[in-house]
Amino acid sequence: MTDTSTTNARQLSDLEVRAEKERVKRNWLLSMPAMILLLLGASGPLLIVLVYSFMTPGDYSGVIWTPTVKAWFQIFFTVDIFDDTVRLADAHLTIFGRSLRLSLLTTLLTLIFGLPTAYFIATRPGRQRTLWLFLITIPFWTNLLIRTFAILEVIRNEGLINNFLRWLGVIDEPIQILYTDTAVLIGMAYVYLPLMVLPLYAAIDRFDFRLVEAGYDLYANRWQVLRRVILPIVKPGIIAGSILVFVPSLGAYVTPRVLGGGKNMMIGNFIELQFGQGRNWPLGSSLSILLLLVVAVALLFYVRAANRGGSDE
Amino acid sequence: MSNKRTKPFSIKYLPGFTPVALVCFVLLYAPIVTMVVYSFNSGQSVALFEDFSVAWYFAAAENELVQEAALRSLIIAAFASGIATVLATMAALGTTRTKNYPGRTLIYLMINQPLMVPEVVTAVALLIFFASIKVATGYSGLAYLILAHAAFCVPFAYLPIRARMEGMDRALEIAAADLYATPWKTFRRVTLPLVAPGIAAGAMLAFVISLDDVIITEFVKSAGQDTLPTYMLGQLRRAVTPEVNAISSALLAVTVILLTAFFLLSGRNSPVGK
Amino acid sequence: MSDEVAVRAEGVSKVFGSPGNELRALDDVTVDIRRNEFFTLLGPSGCGKTTLLRLIAGFETPSAGAIMLDGKDITVDPPFKRPINTVFQSYALFPHLTVGQNVGFGLEMMGRSNSEIDDTVEKMLALVQMEAMRNRLPTQLSGGQQQRVALARALAPQPSVLLLDEPLSALDLKLRKQMQIELKRMQMETGITFIFVTHDQEEALTMSDRIGVMSAGNILQIGSPREIYNSPQNRFVASFIGESNFLEGTASGTGAKRRVALADGHSFEALVADESVSDGKVTVAVRPEFVQVVAADTADALPATVTNIVYFGTDMHCYMSLNSGTEVVARVSADADRGGALETGAKVGITFAPDGPRIVGD
Ligand SMILES: Nc1ncnc2c1ncn2[C@@H]1O[C@H](COP(=O)(O)OP(=O)(O)OP(=O)(O)O)[C@@H](O)[C@H]1O
Ligand SMILES: [Mg+2]
Repeated sequence: MTDTSTTNARQLSDLEVRAEKERVKRNWLLSMPAMILLLLGASGPLLIVLVYSFMTPGDYSGVIWTPTVKAWFQIFFTVDIFDDTVRLADAHLTIFGRSLRLSLLTTLLTLIFGLPTAYFIATRPGRQRTLWLFLITIPFWTNLLIRTFAILEVIRNEGLINNFLRWLGVIDEPIQILYTDTAVLIGMAYVYLPLMVLPLYAAIDRFDFRLVEAGYDLYANRWQVLRRVILPIVKPGIIAGSILVFVPSLGAYVTPRVLGGGKNMMIGNFIELQFGQGRNWPLGSSLSILLLLVVAVALLFYVRAANRGGSDE
Repeated sequence: MSNKRTKPFSIKYLPGFTPVALVCFVLLYAPIVTMVVYSFNSGQSVALFEDFSVAWYFAAAENELVQEAALRSLIIAAFASGIATVLATMAALGTTRTKNYPGRTLIYLMINQPLMVPEVVTAVALLIFFASIKVATGYSGLAYLILAHAAFCVPFAYLPIRARMEGMDRALEIAAADLYATPWKTFRRVTLPLVAPGIAAGAMLAFVISLDDVIITEFVKSAGQDTLPTYMLGQLRRAVTPEVNAISSALLAVTVILLTAFFLLSGRNSPVGK
Repeated sequence: MSDEVAVRAEGVSKVFGSPGNELRALDDVTVDIRRNEFFTLLGPSGCGKTTLLRLIAGFETPSAGAIMLDGKDITVDPPFKRPINTVFQSYALFPHLTVGQNVGFGLEMMGRSNSEIDDTVEKMLALVQMEAMRNRLPTQLSGGQQQRVALARALAPQPSVLLLDEPLSALDLKLRKQMQIELKRMQMETGITFIFVTHDQEEALTMSDRIGVMSAGNILQIGSPREIYNSPQNRFVASFIGESNFLEGTASGTGAKRRVALADGHSFEALVADESVSDGKVTVAVRPEFVQVVAADTADALPATVTNIVYFGTDMHCYMSLNSGTEVVARVSADADRGGALETGAKVGITFAPDGPRIVGD
């Protein structure tokens, strides 16, 4: 173990180099088919979207291969047809604002409901806990469309709520919930709630309740134990759940389409519009990339928060 | 009984948590249960329950469009989950239980990419990509949908398989090699049997995920290629038709059955690969 | 045991880790292991025993050097092409296969006929006295039973060399003693070369034909248990195997016996293993049983003071300090102290049994 031997040490023998190359080659070969599939069916096309976002829209659909940054400009600004003045694209900003607001509210709402639920499940004794967990996983794995339909039937004008209120005599005319932002919010909170509960449950399940005992032993009351002991320790779960809800909310398509109608679009619907009636593929592409970037920032924030929290991911 | 407190002090009790949780469960299940109940309604609406009947199930089952869509859903899900499971198993073999190597992070990122990119973005990307291939080749069959589904199913198949492999004792494979088993025989006789439950779980998740997909299918499908979910979405007007209600309930039943099987298969592990 | 070499490690090194942070687990190790011998690698944790075994088995590629089997270079052969089997420390029994299937696994992979596999499995299970357990799963066995199955599994393909990596460490003391005897019996019955790894010196001394003592990636001494115990060549071996007292002194003279003088002028005779060693400052190792406690006025005795006495039934350890302050332990029979003269604080003399003190390298 002398100094000279350690400096020689990095001269890997030919054999070791060969074995190492074999290992890397084998691992790459095994992963290659999946990589190719994902390159064709997921990652590769994203690059095309990036390219398209810098092209000129075609007359009916598609693009003309003239590079331009107009689509990116269009996201935020419009040029007046009459006097060529540049103004903020209010319609777009409204949609972005709605997407952001509804996603944040959804995250908050699911957290408010999800935390007690996760805590409840995690504190059930043995077999009971499996049952409650099972009950939360059924909606999780049930088709999102089906769950959206279910909530639609509850909030529409002739739906459960309105019928019930009318039967009670509280109202004469139905309350218009469907096709409002509120409907989208209710729907997203409903469909994404399990995404919040499960990581929270995982975090609370690992929680060592002797710490709570220690808290009470040191004169904390229930509220203080929750705020000063439980919440800081399950924080990684809270962050994970929030990201898991926030990211799909921001890109939501089905729920706002079914519950928001044509008017209360979110960014996902707006993107689709550009590839349908809007016929502006470059704008749709640049919007997609923008959405991707926002999500990437959220994920980065999550990774950093998780690392700082010393969590295992 | 002079003491005012009737219950002993409970360490885990937090005021208000249990009621909120119970309300939460009620809110989660009320719409689903309503949907199922009204799928047995003989009338047209959810306004009032007229009579118990399975007529809508029959109506749905006899509808040729539904039959075709259901068959298409199953074909796509079967192929996509099959492909995804095989490729995910191979990828798991190449990425677990080995020292780090150049490019492994890239492989992880690629495999998990469908979990990170908003689905609508992938959908748009595939729309653009496949549109030009469709024009170039003239082929517009199911292969596009199968390819797209297989791709986003890979991470769902990969997670449980990887978890299972990482839990497996590396020494077992070394022991097999020591006992004259070639790498292929080691895989067949030792690795595969031991990882099988993870592979089954992965395949099942992939199948369910493919069966449930709406957005990517909606964007990628050619005319007349509706799957059950896109068919249901297309049927939506101001309200859900009773027929769609019946289909939804039937799909829900499938989910519950598969999930129960999954729970039994994977023991106490939660089916969320988190 | 013959003198033919079965396994030869030639200048083998193994380096782990990344640049700037590397670890030399084996440092230019050369060792010949003879056919049919029971060879033990003995050394403290982390000295590279497992690494050497893994290189011989083919699970790892050497950074330098070669592994030879019966004179043939097998360095690049994959494990499944080497007629060498391993009994793993964790047993590594296949949990989805029965005991019988586990034992037959190697033969099956070699493509032997079912009837041959069947017979051999029967024979091997009989050898380890596990016939009754043939159809059980490994999870239904106790630790000792699993250990036997692992042994039978590794023996079934009749390898020319069997590697055993601390196979007894998971067993309780009684079972361990019993298995030591059985292992030795099996090695003699099968005539297979055993390379056995342990960090238990007693185990090594009782079972081995020869022992290689390792420290920090090197083999310091190879020899029979008697040689290793009685004539350790360096300070590490002397202290790792059995107990030793170490005295620093100045040697003079020539030949196999030298005169060693301590700082206070008292001197004694010590054997030297390597006669070419030059005189000067040396370290002398003496086992406690070769230290004799005598009356303080005995001629040639080193004066000492008793500091502590610990009884072990028939024996007792007498701790003394020399004038220089060096601690010396003597193991003396309890009878020797009939007079009760040995007590803490007593002035005594120390002499050494002939051939007791040995000059060792560092
Ligand atoms: N795969 C590896 N990567 C990095 N370092 C390793 C690896 N295997 C072994 N080492 C290091 O090499 C040294 C020798 O390890 P080895 O396992 O051979 O020790 P050992 O003598 O068998 O110890 P023990 O008695 O504890 O089993 C140790 O410092 C160990 O940490
Ligand atoms: Mg070891």
